[in-house]
Amino acid sequence: MLNVTVDPKKVPALVFERSPGYWETVLRRLLRDPVAIGAGIVILILFILAVFGQHIAPADPYASSIMKRLKPIGFEGHPLGTDELGRDMLSRLIVGAKLSLFMGITPVVLAFVIGSTIGIVAGYAGGLINSMIMRTIDIFYAFPSVLLAIALSGVLGAGITNSLISLTIVFIPPIARVAESVTTQIRGRDFVEAARASGANALTIVRVHVLGNVLGPIFVYATSLIAVSMILASGLSFLGLGVKPPEPEWGLMLNTLRTAIYVQPWIAALPGVMIFITSIAFNLLSDGLRSAMEIKN
Amino acid sequence: MNSPANNDILVNINNLNVTFTAGRKPVRAVDGVNLQIRRGEVVALIGESGSGKSVTLRSILKLHPARKTIMQGSIEVDGKDVLRMTPAELADFRGSMASMIFQEPLLALDPVYTVGDQIIEAIRRHENIDKAAAHARALEMFERVRIPSPERRLAAYPHEMSGGMRQRAMISLALATHPKLLLADEPTTALDATVQIQILLLLRELQRELGLSVVFVTHDIGAAVEVADRIAVMYAGRIVEEGPVRTLIREPQHPYTQALLRSVAHGSFTKGSRLDTIPGSPPDLANLPAGCVFADRCQRAGDECRQTAPDETWITPDHRARCFKLEVVTA
Amino acid sequence: MTTTLTQAKDVGGPAQPLLSVRGLVKHFPLKKDLLGRSTGVVRAVDDISFDVFKGETLGVVGESGCGKSTTARLLMNLIERNSGEIVFDAQTVGSASLSLKDFRRQAQMVFQDSYASLNPRLTIEDSIAFAPQVHGVDKKSAIDRARDLLARVGLEPKRFAERYPHELSGGQRQRVNIARALALQPRLIVLDEAVSALDKSVEAQVLNLLLDLKDEFGLTYVFISHDLNVVRYISDRVMVMYLGQVVEIGDSETMFNNPLHPYTKALLSSVPSLDPDDRTETPPLTGDPPNPINPPSGCRFHTRCAHAQQICKEKMPSLELQADGQTVACLMHVPSSGYKMQSKTEPATA
Repeated sequence: MLNVTVDPKKVPALVFERSPGYWETVLRRLLRDPVAIGAGIVILILFILAVFGQHIAPADPYASSIMKRLKPIGFEGHPLGTDELGRDMLSRLIVGAKLSLFMGITPVVLAFVIGSTIGIVAGYAGGLINSMIMRTIDIFYAFPSVLLAIALSGVLGAGITNSLISLTIVFIPPIARVAESVTTQIRGRDFVEAARASGANALTIVRVHVLGNVLGPIFVYATSLIAVSMILASGLSFLGLGVKPPEPEWGLMLNTLRTAIYVQPWIAALPGVMIFITSIAFNLLSDGLRSAMEIKN
Repeated sequence: MNSPANNDILVNINNLNVTFTAGRKPVRAVDGVNLQIRRGEVVALIGESGSGKSVTLRSILKLHPARKTIMQGSIEVDGKDVLRMTPAELADFRGSMASMIFQEPLLALDPVYTVGDQIIEAIRRHENIDKAAAHARALEMFERVRIPSPERRLAAYPHEMSGGMRQRAMISLALATHPKLLLADEPTTALDATVQIQILLLLRELQRELGLSVVFVTHDIGAAVEVADRIAVMYAGRIVEEGPVRTLIREPQHPYTQALLRSVAHGSFTKGSRLDTIPGSPPDLANLPAGCVFADRCQRAGDECRQTAPDETWITPDHRARCFKLEVVTA
Repeated sequence: MTTTLTQAKDVGGPAQPLLSVRGLVKHFPLKKDLLGRSTGVVRAVDDISFDVFKGETLGVVGESGCGKSTTARLLMNLIERNSGEIVFDAQTVGSASLSLKDFRRQAQMVFQDSYASLNPRLTIEDSIAFAPQVHGVDKKSAIDRARDLLARVGLEPKRFAERYPHELSGGQRQRVNIARALALQPRLIVLDEAVSALDKSVEAQVLNLLLDLKDEFGLTYVFISHDLNVVRYISDRVMVMYLGQVVEIGDSETMFNNPLHPYTKALLSSVPSLDPDDRTETPPLTGDPPNPINPPSGCRFHTRCAHAQQICKEKMPSLELQADGQTVACLMHVPSSGYKMQSKTEPATA
């Protein structure tokens, strides 16, 4: 009577395979995107530099030499020249990856956790609670990020930990906003209504139904913030509010090489090039991730 | 082909194939469709999702994205083959010779312009008349489609109108440029019952007044019966049966048409009895079977049906069907 | 941890309606202006009362703005009502005898959009197994039950249990939604345009399934639809709504053969004719269904009614039981209402 199963002979063999989960599908699509793969490789290289920098670097990044100051690119023994204190640029750039990436990624990770929580709570609760939370967030959001970062750093003081804190605070509002917006959309969907109709409490519904659907888009947005974070962190170091000399960090290096711009302009630009490459790579990967996640039926 | 004098035929679709290449496997949405529409005639294309009816309709205006679509065959409208027109000829053709109305007017109407402005713009794109004259034409169209307080409504934005009103506005936009052919893609599906019947009757009235040819795509057989002179039934990209509306409704020959009509007349069923259903589901258009597309769901299917796709059989000079197992003596 | 759920016991006896609704009201506030004052309300559901009897299928029909979807959500307690009471099998929902969670076990809903009703990140069996787990069933038993239900609704568990919603067709998804609604062994299922988005041939299959399940599980249905043919086929009684109110309720066949309320008559004659020689000549109603923000005074239908008189603008008709068992809210059918009958029988159409 209920004749709905189709003749197995007519069904292609594919049907009996396990169907790929959502993230598996996203990964497969990502791996078919040449731009994303390229960006991924660049980031991988940067991570390797960050982790193994000390061992890869040809020279001691801290060894200074008055004699060999500001030697040009291609100088014997120093392929990328030397900086204003005679230190090897190549080594400093390689070892600098660690701090620069750390300063760029950590605030975003922390903001992702904190911002998502705030946004999801506001989005699911709705009504008055939502308004209260989001209007508070909006106050922070009203400040341009650079100004906010500098102001917070000024208040907290210089140093790595303090600039991490101030950058995290800068990124929490935008992430919370995106989280709230996505959560509100999901909350209105029929399957969440159906879950409420089954008698589940809010926590269960958020855990089972909401999280899986919102963390993805929030994550994509967050990855696009990494580039901004790197630039802001470099900016803070540039202004003397972040990393302190003689630590190698690309933003700080840009600052200290400022005066050399008339003498060795190419060398002065090198740390900027590294920041540029890293930002673009993260942006492209984030774009690729977003495209891969837009799975239409 | 048993057809009357050729200048009587406005649209001649000949062996149309439409294949979409966007996905992993090419999808054959329309397969070998032949259809003729005379001047002043209303033809309804009915079928379920995936039958190819909307794709066929949109092909007449060549609306499919060029890169992802392969179209073969010919669609001649008033003597000119649409599939071989240049972009300039197409822009001319759309609107002045043929226009289209859609299921959802909000998607067809621009939200940032008043409906009056959109109609005036459409008229002036195809004709060289001044704004005042175009405005007068727009007003006349609004009166024709029975929109109350037409002058005031011309200055309204699409979102300010109710569903039925928007549908009428879309119809007047489509007819303002005096096309000879009106293509309607499920125009009443999203409307309430009392509004739907008003729009159906309006379309019938306008069609008679203006001598339009209409191709009306719908999945609702009742709507088709109200407006059409002839009905073509589509399944999995093919026309499986086509004929005058009375013949098709009273004496359907193709097993699919018969089954479809049986599953619709709910009103006449005895309470508690189960409906006659068609077992199984439509085929995957990327994996069409070798023989008749309906064979694996057909009660009459034989080996011949599964191996070869049937050609058209003319039952009478104006009624055809694609089936090896027709239970009637053909002409 | 329990391993099974059983259908809740009958409390009120066969004569007790399964669901009793009295004076249900839901107004949605419009956007507030700058000073925080609300600019108006949408009277989505405006004082409706009806019963749903055990074991029946109550069809609910009406056009946009009539409030049938809002009513469905009010019945399911998915939105807060402004006033009125809902009694389920002689017990008030939310009282000591019937907590909200217990009510949820006994009343379930199937929505129109089959895709939006399923979490795209969960497999089919996980979606179905979710509700039982909420009510204390352990995961393994819940999954077993989910697979059993899939088979019952005609989807082979081996093929479908571990699939994701986007891999299924509309008809298959709707079967999943039905299986999901059955997972808690409810007594009442509210179907809100559950078959409207399906192709006719698929719709027929799903309707047959619903009838089979109703017999097998002893269910009661509230079937909301805009398709009058389907409603006539599946319903025992039908309720007609217009602008937030109930205008007619009664036995399905009687109503379709002899509709009493002018709106019901117009609605029924709006169904397109399937007879090419008997096409509709004039539309039974002109204009669009009005907005529930500022409904007309008195009888809400008077602005479009061919039989309207002055009294209809002033007096709001209430539901009155007629001789043939039907209930209708129309002054024409109430002799003492002040409506002037032109002859012993109904007045001729204007």
